[in-house]
Amino acid sequence: MLKGNSTLMVDTNAALSPPKVEVRSADPEESPRKPRQRRAQGNLWALWFLLPAGVFLLFSVAVPSVQGAVYAFTDWNGLSADWNFIGLENFADMLSDPLARTAIFNSLLLTLITTVGQNVIGLLLALALSSRIRARGFLRVLIFAPCVVTPVVVAFLWQYILLPDGPLNGVLNAIGMGWATQTWLGDPQLALISISFVILWQMSGAVMVIYIAGLQNVPDELLEAAALDGAGPVRRFFAVTLPALRPAVVIATLLCIVGGLKTFDQVWVMTRGGPGVSSQVLSTAIYQTAFLRGDFSYATALALVLALITIIAAAIQQRVARAGTED
Amino acid sequence: MHRYTWKIGVLQVVMLGVAAIFLFPIYILVNTALKPEGDRSSPLLPPASPAWGNFPTAWAEANLGPALLSSAFVTVTTIALLVAIGSLAAYPLARITARWSPFVYYGFMLGLLVPSLLALIPLYSTFRDLGLLANPLALVILYAGGQASFTIFLYTEFLRAVPRDYDEAASIDGAGRWKTYFHVVLPLLRPITGTVIILNAVFIWNDFYAPLLYLSGSPAQTLPVAMYSFTGTYEVDWTLLFAALILGSLPMLAAFLIMQKAVFRGYASGLKG
Repeated sequence: MLKGNSTLMVDTNAALSPPKVEVRSADPEESPRKPRQRRAQGNLWALWFLLPAGVFLLFSVAVPSVQGAVYAFTDWNGLSADWNFIGLENFADMLSDPLARTAIFNSLLLTLITTVGQNVIGLLLALALSSRIRARGFLRVLIFAPCVVTPVVVAFLWQYILLPDGPLNGVLNAIGMGWATQTWLGDPQLALISISFVILWQMSGAVMVIYIAGLQNVPDELLEAAALDGAGPVRRFFAVTLPALRPAVVIATLLCIVGGLKTFDQVWVMTRGGPGVSSQVLSTAIYQTAFLRGDFSYATALALVLALITIIAAAIQQRVARAGTED
Repeated sequence: MHRYTWKIGVLQVVMLGVAAIFLFPIYILVNTALKPEGDRSSPLLPPASPAWGNFPTAWAEANLGPALLSSAFVTVTTIALLVAIGSLAAYPLARITARWSPFVYYGFMLGLLVPSLLALIPLYSTFRDLGLLANPLALVILYAGGQASFTIFLYTEFLRAVPRDYDEAASIDGAGRWKTYFHVVLPLLRPITGTVIILNAVFIWNDFYAPLLYLSGSPAQTLPVAMYSFTGTYEVDWTLLFAALILGSLPMLAAFLIMQKAVFRGYASGLKG
């Protein structure tokens, strides 16, 4: 505790000179208020260590986020000097705007599909790769590799594969499943689902890696005890493995939810939100509104909606995660 | 139970199918990139004579050289900054236990909560007013702030798990805060710094939205934007595009293959958070 109480003088020069020894103990007759003051002063060194990160956070995150939240209630177009507060008008407009409504719905749908999908696929792959099959190392590298590849690259690749006369339909025709061919990205009913599956293909490997690490925390002796008690593999999985995986599930779902809600690259490259607005998500709608249509304030209103959805979804997720541990 | 039973054999076959699902797109990518110009044969069949010349053509036409430099500059500079400001901030955040410290910590973690999209639009007009559009420094400033919370989180949680004895001993020996930071704290943080670098590098290198806003069309555009812009306005030339995609992906893939173990550890360490 004492060492935390060096004076400000010392700290600014600390790199150059050795610190002076404690001053406080020299005066035991201080009033009760004074030590706290001293202690606060003693922690002043923290300011210098926190300052650089604080400056960047303020400039690039805090200030513009607050600005964005304010612009959402104005009619600012991004350029003009004069603008007015228009209250909730931007938000009221969303209710009758097919772009905004589709984008909000699609962001939620895409996040649901990718979060559930990545976790189920990631867990199954992790279980398979934690078994005694051969070539585990190779499979792990192969399945994870797409996660580090630029999403733009993966999106272009799959855009080509999913063309009406592209490789996927080609394979389906070749193996006698011509009835299953689709215009994967050109069908308004299907475009967003197809994009979700591309994201699953690319990103499930990351969740798999989290679960492989989590599986190492599953106590072997419990599994063996359960087996001796006559529990089958399914029973063992739900009674022993899954509870031990809880921290992995919590972090993986949180990452998937946050990542899913801000999805942009795959949608923008593969469909630009089309056909029509059928595959628009919030991030693409924001980009289009702000930079192609020049409506800054409406775009920030959409961004504020995205921020609120993200915060609420994360809060619900944490709530559910915590409620589970109390059972 | 622990032998290679028939059940494992079935699983092996299933995983063979999984491997095919991951190998098929890679095959299509390489195959298409090697087709000679005007070759309209099926994308499923390998080209009769691979056109290796597609790679130098794509490299030049997509301006991948400058884009690679820009991407490398932004990634390396930002990560150096993040390691510095992140480890600096983590030291007091992990060690001071005053009444206000949790609030300061939560304040620094706010960046984890607010999606970057909300900040990106107002920042666009700020960078425009500062004349920083089309300047890669705009991205460095943006990412240094945007990734600061995450970096501080990794560093602080790691440092909290390290006993105070090390740095307190240094203080008793008369070292000041800065000296303790450089000689004790920073070396202690080395293991987690690998994770900080890897996770931030993958994000920054691959990010598309911010460079699309701030650098699009400028000579300083990064690789994802260069590859995106290469499609042009007319019909897509898939062959050259795919050659460009392969070249643009190689640096990150090579880094991953070389540092596999560290990368897996980095991604798995999200667990401990």
